[in-house]
This record gives sequence, structure tokens and C-alpha cells, in this order.
Amino acid sequence: MLNKFLSTASLISVFLLISCSNDSYEAIDYKDNYLVEDGGEIVNAMIGEPSNLVAMIAGDSASSAIAANIFNTLLKYDENLNLAPELAEQWFISEDQKTITFKLKNDIFWADGKPLTSQDILFTWKLVTDPNTRTPYASDYLLVKEASAPDARTFIVTYEQTYAPALDTWASLQILPQHVLKDEDINNTFFSRKPTGSGYYQLDQWINGQQLTLKRNRNSTQGQANIDKITSRIIPDTSSQFLELIADNIDFMNINPIQYQRVFPSREDLKQRIGLYKELGNGYTYLGFNLKKAPFDDIRVRQAMNYAIDKNEIIKGVLLGLGEPIASPYKPGTRWNNSKLSPYPYNPSKALALLQEAGYEKNADGILVKDGKPFEFEILTNQNKQREMTAVLVQRRLKEIGIDVKIRVIEWASFINRFIKTGEFKAVVLGWSLSLDPDQYNIWHSSQQGPGQFNFVGYENPRVDELLEVGRRELDTSKREKIYHEFSKLMLEDSPIVYLYAGYGLSAINKRVQGIKKPAPPAGIYQNSFEWYIPKTLRRNEIAAQ
Amino acid sequence: MRVFFRNPLALSGLIIIVAILILALFAPLIAPYDPNFIDIDSILTAPSTKHIMGTDGLGRDVFSRMLFGAQISLLVGFVAVGIATLIGIILGSIAGFYRGWVDSLIMRLVDIMLSIPTFFLILAVIAFLTPSIWNIMIVIGLTSWMGVTRLVRAEFFSLRQREFVLAAETMGASDFKIIFSHLLPNSLTPVIVSSVLGIASAVLVESGLSFLGLGVQAPTASWGNILTDGKEYIQFAWWLSLFPGLAILLTVLGYNLLGEGLRDILDPKNKNN
Amino acid sequence: MLKYLIKRILWMIPMLIGISLISFLIMQLAPGDITSNEAAFNPKASEESRQKLRELYNLDKPVIVQYGLWLKRISQLDFGNSFASHQRPVLWQTEDKNGNITKGLIQEALPITLLINLLGIFIIFSISIVLGTLASVRQNTWVDRSVTLFVFVGFAIPGFWLALLLMYWTGVVNQWLPISGLHSPGYLNLSEFDQTLDLLKHLILPVLISCLSGLAGISLYVRNGMLEVLNQDFITTARAKGINEKKVVFVHALKNAILPLITIVGLSIPGLIGGSVIAESIFAIPGMGKLFYDAVLMRDFPVIMGILTIGSFLTLIGNLLADLGYAWADPRVRKGLVK
Repeated sequence: MLNKFLSTASLISVFLLISCSNDSYEAIDYKDNYLVEDGGEIVNAMIGEPSNLVAMIAGDSASSAIAANIFNTLLKYDENLNLAPELAEQWFISEDQKTITFKLKNDIFWADGKPLTSQDILFTWKLVTDPNTRTPYASDYLLVKEASAPDARTFIVTYEQTYAPALDTWASLQILPQHVLKDEDINNTFFSRKPTGSGYYQLDQWINGQQLTLKRNRNSTQGQANIDKITSRIIPDTSSQFLELIADNIDFMNINPIQYQRVFPSREDLKQRIGLYKELGNGYTYLGFNLKKAPFDDIRVRQAMNYAIDKNEIIKGVLLGLGEPIASPYKPGTRWNNSKLSPYPYNPSKALALLQEAGYEKNADGILVKDGKPFEFEILTNQNKQREMTAVLVQRRLKEIGIDVKIRVIEWASFINRFIKTGEFKAVVLGWSLSLDPDQYNIWHSSQQGPGQFNFVGYENPRVDELLEVGRRELDTSKREKIYHEFSKLMLEDSPIVYLYAGYGLSAINKRVQGIKKPAPPAGIYQNSFEWYIPKTLRRNEIAAQ
Repeated sequence: MRVFFRNPLALSGLIIIVAILILALFAPLIAPYDPNFIDIDSILTAPSTKHIMGTDGLGRDVFSRMLFGAQISLLVGFVAVGIATLIGIILGSIAGFYRGWVDSLIMRLVDIMLSIPTFFLILAVIAFLTPSIWNIMIVIGLTSWMGVTRLVRAEFFSLRQREFVLAAETMGASDFKIIFSHLLPNSLTPVIVSSVLGIASAVLVESGLSFLGLGVQAPTASWGNILTDGKEYIQFAWWLSLFPGLAILLTVLGYNLLGEGLRDILDPKNKNN
Repeated sequence: MLKYLIKRILWMIPMLIGISLISFLIMQLAPGDITSNEAAFNPKASEESRQKLRELYNLDKPVIVQYGLWLKRISQLDFGNSFASHQRPVLWQTEDKNGNITKGLIQEALPITLLINLLGIFIIFSISIVLGTLASVRQNTWVDRSVTLFVFVGFAIPGFWLALLLMYWTGVVNQWLPISGLHSPGYLNLSEFDQTLDLLKHLILPVLISCLSGLAGISLYVRNGMLEVLNQDFITTARAKGINEKKVVFVHALKNAILPLITIVGLSIPGLIGGSVIAESIFAIPGMGKLFYDAVLMRDFPVIMGILTIGSFLTLIGNLLADLGYAWADPRVRKGLVK
């Protein structure tokens, strides 16, 4: 009886799992030659809920994702990653290169109709540099010695010293309305949940824990977006998100390499309805070492690691090929990336040779030993599937040359506090997500090794220090390029970290959303999301007001 | 014994458990591949003659991982329940034997532990410590002893007044001897049942923790983490969901059947067959 | 009786303090605090600002002082504001000078969890009484065996596995039910009645999944309880007296078998506010489970302490009610024959 039930149950489960999708989705023609149409609603999903729509205070990505639709910055990046006007129409850099003058566009307004002037910019700058404002992002703006708004369209900042990343910082500061916030305590204001912005959209509704709805801002300073409504549903589990995507309840989501390379290609019906996009992000994953302790204080050991790890295998295995190997801490294809450098090739015998030079010998069991101690260490990483898989592959390759590696996955807050800040680690698999300015002073300068600072690997190279200091103050792009190219070369030689890969950002977007640039431009597909549109015939049936 | 074999619940439970135990014990012999053998060229292949349960995201053979995962699941079950039962017996005996303020104190402790939702406690603690298999077992054990304590205490209360206990006391036997030789052996019935059921529950808890990313860590295979790895493509890589899911189902089923069967057999009140 | 009641209530106060102190200390074991969040690895964020934040939240003070401060606020029923959700009140809504209302975290999460759990309990008790009675009456027939089988399988299925399978089957393959969330987009445009219907449709799967093992367990409990009662003398007497079998089962036997269920109801009370993290995550339901889990990962002390305190309080009340309920329902205890 039991057996019969069980076999029936397993048959049913198998059937459930492999049953083909019931084609109850209308056979819609998803050709791309629809004309631009105004209106419609796009639905997406978020893993977490925004905590605060004031970007300078919120620390989480959900908040910044929503806030980016609501507010403007002085500058933005165009599709080729060049700085372009947003609120500022023009900007001039003074002779001594320490002063930037921004000229704002004419006739720009807040969503509530009040004019947007340089007073708002000044107000925002004062707010972010106010010691009472609980923002972690003040440091760049504190470098401004003096800021002023001589007339309604002009905003001037003067730096103590020339600061090359300055313009990049003005492309990240979201401008807040003085007339709404002047009497508010920015740390504790209703504005964080009911903001007034100047961007393409404004917040229409926020149903706690469930979804946020943005509607077009009629007073948008950048013109009107095509799509009228954006609904972001909060769905914490990515498998649920995927089910919603294929059930046509949400329009786009980030997907993982397996879904991109294996799931979608195997389902004709899905490929017809949903388009796949990939773009190279601005970050990379690495194996970082603690340079202050043995064994990784020895450069030969670090270089040996580089030779011993097969990065192409990691890209193939973890990313299914959807990533690129890198040899410098910059995005491939950008000017900052030193194309003359190539990654360390996979060469285990060279690795062994280096390790032998460093004093390691293989014992009877094939394990490398130095001074009687076996070469073993622990790789720490946080709860991230790709990083875990990467660590497993690294572990395997290192085992082959005689190094015993253990893997430990730790929850984030514990990870930072118990291991990173205290320096109690030997190796980590982590990633950096970088801004578009090439300055990496905070990460690699020897002065940034304090607890809580970012040079937690403990890298010290006087020449690199020099380059980073000069690079920050050099405004000439071609000179900067040379500086950072040399920086990259030194980094590659010193190998404080092993560059593992720069992964692609993968998106699945329902084909009803049109106007997406393919292939993705350097700035990615989301750069022109305001130009996307949904043709009327493809729109989802909404529950209309009665 | 004969009674045991006539009880269909206990019998079917035992068969399932023994089968899984054998598979787990002989895993190194049965497994066709090394469970950690990575094969980048065979990522996520469907079940075939080469890999009867398919392969996972790193090309590892699922069948082999399932076998070694059985070891993990059983280990977690036994050790966690072992810890819980040990603590429960000790505290329950003390409370049941000495009564009075000792009993009050222990029962208040039980109440406090019961007030804090168990899963939350496990979650919180695992999140802080590293989620290793030992930590998981210890934490599950430390949060499941309350039931056993109550059971033992209740048994002690009812047995305390029986003649053989009074006789032992009169003869001057030490407290320790009375507890261990007389009271405990007769109290074990509900403890056995509860322990068997507890193993089932521990296996489920481990799979739940894996779902949240706090279970047994890579690259060790556990049914929970094989399931979790495949949850984003259940319709594509169905083998990653079906096999571990069924395995957990069967194991938990087996222990529950055995537990309930034992309860039927050992409970003197239930002699209705 | 009254003395017993008063003694129990008085015991609750030191217990609550004990529980909150233990919880607080456990939290202190956790490395890191609220400031170790995402901005921790953003090269643009600075350590000084994090230090300022720590001072603001009193995280730099000694543990006992922090606990004392918290205790003082609790005595005024002020559970404070969440660290992570930027000043949203933990318990109840606050209103600022402009009349903007910010809802409390527990205020919003608790009703959802309560609804799911209450629906679950209702389903559990109604169905399991039926199933259990049926099985006991038809003991050892196929009815009994199928019920028993269902019970055991229900106990054994890993919840999240079943959830994903059902979501796929009912939401993707067949579009019968919604997949996740609590409401359909645009639901505010529906009539009141339709809104309720919409909510119920969204709740079917989550409630089913969360009550499955409970259903299994209680069915078994009822069955065994009924079996025990049906074999007792007074039932044989009733039958000998020629009383209708239906009456024997449903009136005499059931009433006695159900008695212990009252204890179970009492014991279920703390479970009422503890949502399942896993189910809430999968079904995108903003309930107490998810709230607690996120708070733990973010080291959001006020929220954690708030939930644990309320939970413990409800547990103690629940235990008390269960004991009282049992004492009242059992005529022997009520009449003072047994204590």
C-alpha cells in the first residue's frame, strides 16, 4: 500500500516537474517594429524593500534603485560612459583646476511645480556635509572648500586641491528640494517615505512590504519617459521571481547564468516572449589575500596562486562563459583598462616552481610543506552562490598542486566584523563594485588600512601610493590614463589579489517592453530605460478603476 | 518482538530507515563517483546511464552526492537528538525526582526556552556562528530538549509513588541509584518515541536551514543544499529537486512511522488489536 | 484557584525580564551591529560616519546600560524605532507634526501572520477532527489507513519543496492561483468584496503549506485520543445502554477526546505570531517571520527585542490560558476533585 502510494506520488511529482507549460498565453506577435507609444505599466521585482528614499542616508541597493527614478543629479553618464548634462547644462573648470562652475538648465521644476534652482544644489551639498547628517557618503563632498550659488542658475564649488573624481561625484549626488526639507531633520523625516523629486517619475504609492508604484512626473526636468507607471514588487525569493516572470506577472528581472544559458534556450515558448540581455558590469570578483601574514606576505606565493588557478575554468563553470578574465581592476573596453596586460595563464608547473623557490617542498602525501608546516588555509566568503562555487573550483585546483584549502561561508555582518575588520583571515573571495572614475585611492593606498577602511588586504607599495595620489589630482584624461595603466601593471606584478573574473549582468525582459538597445552600449541597457515603451496591443490587462 | 513485526507502521518505518542507513553506511562503496568530483563539461545534465540522478551546477554526480548526503542527514539527526535527549533526561530526572523549588526552576527554564520560537533561536545562533555541521547539530540539540524533559518528569511523577521505588528507598538506596536503576528504565518509553520523532524533525530543520543558506556548507553535500541549489530551475533541472525532496520525505516518513509504531506498541493503554 | 492564577501572573514578570535579558545577551554575542550593512563595502562610505551612527544608537555603551535603557522604555510601552528601516517605529504608528503617519513594523506584519495562522488553525482543527474521528471509528480499514498515510506524508514533506512545486503547478502551468504576494496589482480598484476574494486567493497556498504538518499531527492526535476514549468503560456502558452509535461517538467520546486539544490550542498561541521565514520568503508575504529574520541579519536590536518580548508574553499568556482552560473544561478539576 505504502509502496504503491509512493510510486504514484513520485510519478506525479515527475510529471509535475517536467510538464510543459500550458500555452494559455496568447500567441502574440513580438516583432520589434512597433512604433513608440506613450503610456503603459512595467512591473519588476526587488529582493528587498527600500528603507529610505533619501539616497544619501539609505545604505541599501533597493533604496537607491527606486530613488534613481525620482531624483536628478547635476551630471549623468551617457551611453558611452561620457559625462553628460542632467540638471547642469554646462560646466567649466577654472584655470587652476580647483573650481568647477555649473550652469543649470533653464525652466526646471520640482514635481510640485516649484522651480529648481542652484539654491537646491547648495542646500543638498550642505546637507551631505553636515556632521549631523547620518550619511556614509560625505567624504567626497567634504573635499569642497567652498560652495556658492551666486544666481539661480549658477552653482560653484572650489576644492582645496584639484580632485579628479570630482565630476564623477556630482553625477552621484541626488539633489533634494530645499523648500520641502529646510525645516526637516533629514535623518527622521516623512520625506524618506513621501519624497518630492525632479526625475522622470514620482512615488505614487508605497504598500509596505509589498510593492512601490511610481508614476510619471509631469514636471520632469529631463522630459517625459514613455512608460507611465513602474511597479516594483517585493519578492524576496529569486525562484519565486522567476516563476512570476514566466507566468507573465512581472516584466523583467536579473537572472543567473544557468537561467540565461540553459533554461531559456531549452524553452522555445519562453524565448518567444522574453528577451535576454547581457552587459558587462563595473565590478569584478577576486581572491584576496592577507598581505600582513604568512604565507601571503611573500610575493612569490601570491604569484604562484595566480598561476595555479584556472580562471577560464571558473568563468566556464560558474558563469557558463558569461564573464571575462581581467588583468587590471577596471572594466574591459574602457580607457582605464590597460589592454597591454594579460592575466596570468594557468600554469601549475610554474606555480610549483615559484612555491619551491619560496621554500615549499612536497612531502610523501603530495602536500606542500615549509618548515615542517603544511600549506593550508581557509577561504572565507559570504553567502553568495557564485562566490561559493568559485571558491570550490579554486579549492580543487590548489589541491592539485598540494595545497589544502577549506571553505567557510559566513553571514555578512559577522564576516565584516569578525574577520575583515580584525584582519583575522588569510584569503577571501569577494567582489568590488566600482564607480566610473578610475580613482581607487580608498582601496589600495597604504593609508587606508585602518579597521573599517577598504585596504583590508594590507597592500603597501610606495610607487602605487604615489600614482594614486597624483591620479586623484590630474585632470587631464590622457595623463590619467598613463597613471592608471602603470598602477594596473604594478598591481598585476604584486598580485595582492588574484583577479578571477568580471561577470556579465544578465537580464530577462519581457518582449512587450521595446526600445531596449541591443547589443548593450557601454553604459548598459538600463541607461536609456526612460526611452523604453510598451505598445498598446502588448500591454497587460490591468484591473482598471471602476 | 512478534508484536513489533505485526505492527505495520513500525515495520514499514523500520524497513525504510534500515534501507537508508545501509545506503548511507556503504556510500563510499556504492557511489559511482567522488561526490566532490567536478566536471565542468557536464554541468546540469539530466539523468542518464552515466549519471543516474543527473549532475548538479558544477557537474558533480547527484546520486553520489545523495548517498553522502544521507550520511549527513542521519548524522545531524542522531547527534542533535542525542544531545537533546541527554539534556532532557538529566533535567527531567532532577525535576521529577527532587520536585520542589528545583522542579520549579527547571520548569521555568523550560518555559523560557519554549517562549523563544525555536526556529528563530536556531536561525539567530547559526547566523552568528559559522554554519558548520557541528554547530547546526549542537544548536538543534540545545533547542529541542524541552519536550523530553517534560516527558521524563511526568513519568517520574507517576512512578515515584510506586511500591518498588518506595521499597528501594526504604532499603537505603542512594538517590542516584534510584534514579538510574529504577526510575529511568521505566520512563524511557515516551523518550524513545520522542527521540525517533525528533530525528525526523532534525532532518527537516536542516533542509530548512539550507534553504536559507545557513545549512551544511559547500562543498559538503546534504540533501537540503542539493535541493536549494536547484530551486531556481525546478522545471528545468527537475532532478535536483525531485530526488532530494523524495529522500527527505522518505526518511522523515520512515522515522515518523517507526516512532508512531513504537508508541502504539509500547504504550500499555493501546492494547486494542 | 484564584491563588494559583495570581501566582502564575506574578511569575510572568520575572520570566519576561529573564527572557528579554537572555535575548539581549544572545544578540550581543553576534559580531557586528546595524552599521555593518551594505554600505560597509562601498568604497565611498566612511568609517567615521559609521562610528557616529553607533553613538547615536547607543551601541557604544556597555551592554548592561543598553539593556537598562531598553527596559526603561519598555516599561512605558515604547518599543523604540527600528535601526534598519530608518526610524520606522517597531510597534505602533507614530504621527509627526505635519500629520504624516508612519506605520509600525509589528503593526503591519502581525495582522498578516495572525490571519494566516488563524486560518491555518481553523482549517487544522476542523479537518483534523473529522479525519481523526473517521479514522478511529473505522480503525484498521482502508479509511483509517489512508488517513494515517496522509498524515505521515504530510508530516514528512519539506514545506518549501512542496511550496515551489505547487506554485509552479497552480501558477505557471495552470493559471489557477497567483504565485506570490498578498494582492494583485491594482487591487485597490476592486470592490471590497473582490479585494477580500483576491486576498484569499493569494493566501490559499501559504496557509496550506504552513498548516500541513499541523494538520497531520493533530489528525493523528485526535485519532489516537478517540481510540483511547472509545475503549473506556463508560463508552461500553453507553453502548450497552443502547444509545445510538452516532451519539456515542460524537457526543460522549469526542467530547472527552477533544479535551486535550484545548491544551494544544493554548500551546499554539505563541506560534500564532511566529510566521514561517521560509514560507514568507517564498510567497513574498511581509509577515513576522521575515521581519524577525531580516532584523537578525541586520542586527536591528529594537525589532528583535520587540518581537521576542511580545512573543514571550503571548506564550506565557497562552500557557496560562491553556492550563486554565483545561482545568475549567475537565469537570473533575473544576470541582476540586483533582488539582
